[in-house]
Amino acid sequence: MEEPSAAEERPAVPREAGPAVPTAATGPGAAPAHDAGDGEGEETGAVIATRALTKRYRGGQLAVDGLDLTVPAGSVFGFLGPNGSGKTTTIRMLMGLIEPTSGTAHVLGRPMPRAGRAVLPHVGALIEGPALYGFLSGRDNLLRYDAADPTADPRTRRARVGAALDRVGLTAAAGKKARAYSLGMKQRLGLAAALLQPRRLLVLDEPTNGLDPQGMREIRTLVRELASEGTTVFLSSHLLDEIEQVCTHVAVMAGGRLLTQGPVAALAAGARGRLVVTTPDVADAARILKEQGVDDVLPAEDRGTVTAAPPKGELAELNAALVTAGVRVRGFAVERASLEEAFVALTGEGFDVAG
Amino acid sequence: MSRAEAPGTAVSDAAVSDVPVRGAVPQGAPRLNPLWSFGLFRSELGITFRRWRTLALLGVLLAVPVLVGIAVKIETRDGSSASGGGDGPAFLAQITNNGLFLVFTALAATLPFFLPMAVGVVAGDSLAGEANAGTLRYLLVAPAGRTRLLLTKYATVLTFCLAATLVVAVSALAVGALLFPLGELTTISGTRIGFGEGLVRALLIALVVAASLVGVAALGLFVSTLTNSGIAAMATTVGLLITVQILDQIPQLHAIQPYLFSHYWLSFADLVRDPVYWDDLLRNLGLQALYGAVFGSAAWARFAAKDITA
Repeated sequence: MEEPSAAEERPAVPREAGPAVPTAATGPGAAPAHDAGDGEGEETGAVIATRALTKRYRGGQLAVDGLDLTVPAGSVFGFLGPNGSGKTTTIRMLMGLIEPTSGTAHVLGRPMPRAGRAVLPHVGALIEGPALYGFLSGRDNLLRYDAADPTADPRTRRARVGAALDRVGLTAAAGKKARAYSLGMKQRLGLAAALLQPRRLLVLDEPTNGLDPQGMREIRTLVRELASEGTTVFLSSHLLDEIEQVCTHVAVMAGGRLLTQGPVAALAAGARGRLVVTTPDVADAARILKEQGVDDVLPAEDRGTVTAAPPKGELAELNAALVTAGVRVRGFAVERASLEEAFVALTGEGFDVAG
Repeated sequence: MSRAEAPGTAVSDAAVSDVPVRGAVPQGAPRLNPLWSFGLFRSELGITFRRWRTLALLGVLLAVPVLVGIAVKIETRDGSSASGGGDGPAFLAQITNNGLFLVFTALAATLPFFLPMAVGVVAGDSLAGEANAGTLRYLLVAPAGRTRLLLTKYATVLTFCLAATLVVAVSALAVGALLFPLGELTTISGTRIGFGEGLVRALLIALVVAASLVGVAALGLFVSTLTNSGIAAMATTVGLLITVQILDQIPQLHAIQPYLFSHYWLSFADLVRDPVYWDDLLRNLGLQALYGAVFGSAAWARFAAKDITA
């Protein structure tokens, strides 16, 4: 009954004439997906691939504008953007909850939302926070969500629910009514619902929202664990250092458009780092650095550091010049730009300002 | 139900995990057992009938025959006729002769408002309540499937229609048997039928009353697809119910009245005639089927294409 029909295989034709990017992935020649090896996911190694994905709400508001997103298989993919930048709309389109205005979205190599019933059993999702039946216990909530999946075996249901509860550390509270749960517990239960079956893709929208630092650590550990098992994790978060800690790839959205995507290291490297000299002789060090032709020298007397733009010449010579001048150098390094600096350089605005 | 009957070997997890991770295309369809689809219906029944609100509605329906029975008993202690003061619901006068008539009276008393209101609450909340709580998006990404979820919801509401009607009927039968004599009963046509035959008629009436609620159920489900607020959907459905009942009372509107879903509701009394007078009964069932088809289709058209933003 789930055998894909021929019509299902045709990549969606953009209803508005968007900029058609004829890639192998979306070309009309793409082979039927039940010929598993020839699907687009195989060719591009992409678990999520969107082409010119656009959503305009009925009010005329353009929420997502020509998004070309590629999430490589096996990656932990950070999805960043200020509030209102279109992240959630994108996630909802990927999950088949919202119909795109134009463009295509492929998840696990199949078009969404049309192939939803074949794709979604392999996808665990936490979208815009957990939603629970307050009058049911935590365990009954999971039993309910598992029953909604027609591919979930009812004979293993209780065992799988138990394992999911255990995995997020909720076993002790499983019998409690969900309305009595704290925000962090609800978040954990939502995560457990995403882990009811072995998944090939996890979409986690703000998974550490409402968790205490201990809980955040646990979630990060869990994400790494799942990634090491081969699950691709698509993670949206406001916490940049969280993304930096767990993600291999990152994409940044603002105002409905994709600003950049790629490996985290590449993005951070794109933003210029800083030369940091730690010394008790701040004024002298700053003077010497300027004499050596270093730009943007900022002495910070209180912290005992001088920062500057990374010099073009040999670092060791610069260090030698400082030492020769009698500056007591206690630390000398070029610090890589943080993701946050890269992010602010890209969006050019406060993180929580709607784009 | 599906748990025990599911045939075949246990392959559930293997079917998912033996697919290579990098070759990200799902291999055809996930392995499906058609019976597993009914798990959602079972879950839905559990959710509906475990809710405090549903139990309260059923409790009210349970209480109606008890109140009617006690009232009639007190009124007739001195041997006077039950309907002496005025015209109550149909069959009120016969209750003292035969407790079985309490079933007919209770259904006649609850069908115009209590029963459809209860159905309107359950149907109106069915999808809008899930949207309101945000659980709808998780059901859909599970993936429940929009058509499957809608069918499951409608089946559950219809089950509630039947359950609610049976609660009234069974409660009335119990109270009638406790407070009044049972035995042969006199039909509206004046003939007498045996108690067994009477019980069969009572069951038929309960089924017809339950079927009379099909239209309201479909209407409520449709309204439920229009909004993300369960309360708004419930209020709208019950409001429409009251409006239709009022329109059905205005003589100048007799041209449209045969198309109002409540118009033939009380035709179930024709089942207590001998022989049964089928015309209005069949018109009622046809009208309910029409409402079910029209508003069921409308609900599907709306829900299948809806952007789920809640």
